[in-house]
Amino acid sequence: MRLFDPHIHMTSRTTDDYEAMRAAGIRAVVEPSFWLGQPRTSPASFLDYFDSLLGWEPFRAAQHDIAHHCTLALNPKEANDPRCVPVLDELPRYLVKDQVVAVGEIGYDSMTSAEDTALAAQLQLAADHGLPALVHTPHRDKLAGLRRTLDAVRESALPMDRVLVDHLNETTVKEAKDSGCWLGFSVYPVTKMDERRMVAILRAYGPEKVLVNSAADWGRSDPLKTRRVADLMLAEGFTEDDVDRVLWRNPVAFYGLSGRLDLEVTPPEATHEGNSLLRGGE
Amino acid sequence: MTHSPATGTGPEFTPDVLRDHLDSHLHPAARAWLRQALDEATANSGSGWELRVAEAGRRCGSRHADAARVLILYAAHADPATLARLYHQGSAAERRAVLCALPHLVPGPDAIPLVEDALRTNDTRLLAAALGPYAARHLDAHSWRHAVLKCLFTGVPVDAVAGLAARGRGDAELARMLADYAAERTAADRPVPADLYRVLDLAAEDFEADHPHGKES
Ligand SMILES: [Zn+2]
Repeated sequence: MRLFDPHIHMTSRTTDDYEAMRAAGIRAVVEPSFWLGQPRTSPASFLDYFDSLLGWEPFRAAQHDIAHHCTLALNPKEANDPRCVPVLDELPRYLVKDQVVAVGEIGYDSMTSAEDTALAAQLQLAADHGLPALVHTPHRDKLAGLRRTLDAVRESALPMDRVLVDHLNETTVKEAKDSGCWLGFSVYPVTKMDERRMVAILRAYGPEKVLVNSAADWGRSDPLKTRRVADLMLAEGFTEDDVDRVLWRNPVAFYGLSGRLDLEVTPPEATHEGNSLLRGGE
Repeated sequence: MTHSPATGTGPEFTPDVLRDHLDSHLHPAARAWLRQALDEATANSGSGWELRVAEAGRRCGSRHADAARVLILYAAHADPATLARLYHQGSAAERRAVLCALPHLVPGPDAIPLVEDALRTNDTRLLAAALGPYAARHLDAHSWRHAVLKCLFTGVPVDAVAGLAARGRGDAELARMLADYAAERTAADRPVPADLYRVLDLAAEDFEADHPHGKES
């Protein structure tokens, strides 16, 4: 079984998690930039974080034979802090990097006008850089948040089929699916979705354009939720091919829209010697 | 201890070697992209070519990205200030390429701060790239010894250290550090890396001759 977790915050996870994930079949992850729990107070703090998502974290992942890509953005919550907003001016030089496979996560937190501005600006950045966008839906006032999110996408230069709308649930899946966007579901131990409801949604709406993630971070979450959903799908009569589609081919197709997804992991040892400049020839 | 300016014995790739390699390994589309990127870098008007350094991975494939990036840096004759900017604004892969390009592009010690930055990381790919012929030539003795020790700590094979024999031979201080590290491992009932004895033999060479009773083990 090959699994892809399309939304997980590995910066907040331990090496034990990496080991358990690889053992469970997770071979690729995408780490969206997000809020760290503790508010940032300057753009420099974002830049160090972005650098880590392009440096240290992929190195950690490669040690466990897991391909690591990221999505970069100013997150919705901190879009409301004027001290953080100038990071938008730095984003363009980051969005050209090889491992950046989308702009994200963007969207709404409290649905303020500052969030409107940051969302619109970053949807434009995605269009300018040939990147899709990972847009989350707010935890509070979700259905209204989804509608406002879809409106913002429709007003942007980014086509709906280059947008993954995340943290969906029973109340938002239908309108999201009707819009033509990609459909993301975060499976959590207590909040958001659980495995059983996820499988019910797959049965009701089908696997097309559906991505399932653990959204594991520093909160109560489980980095093996993609595997648990896969196991329950099989137990409930879905085929191996259905599982492969939802938990591998769909995320590969969505992030592949960037043209930058590279699922071949180079083990760190392969780059230790200077003559590795010429590796790949044999 | 003094050391004569060591010529690095590690691989120092010339533009010809890299270009021949990429010519024979890249797919036609990637080869065409690289040719254009090299033209842009050679012209070196504005900073557009710097974007080619960033996107080399997805254009040439990750296996050939290092070589392509180094070649682009060569073509631009990137100066130390440009290399420093590209390093500090680069992903880990781009930083590695800047480090690999140093011996060919920077004759003096100006770029040593980049090497020191990479040596502070725990990313073994950066450590290995930092310890090429440029570091062999310009890194001060204290930093160089600690870098060798860090290789042993982090599992970077010492073969990655350019000029190891030339710089390490007869380095009594390095020999002491290695012997202490071996003692620490032994006391903890942990294996001593085989590489350690290789370097220790080298570092202890003249030391033993000068101090016949100086080495305890
Ligand atoms: Zn998240």
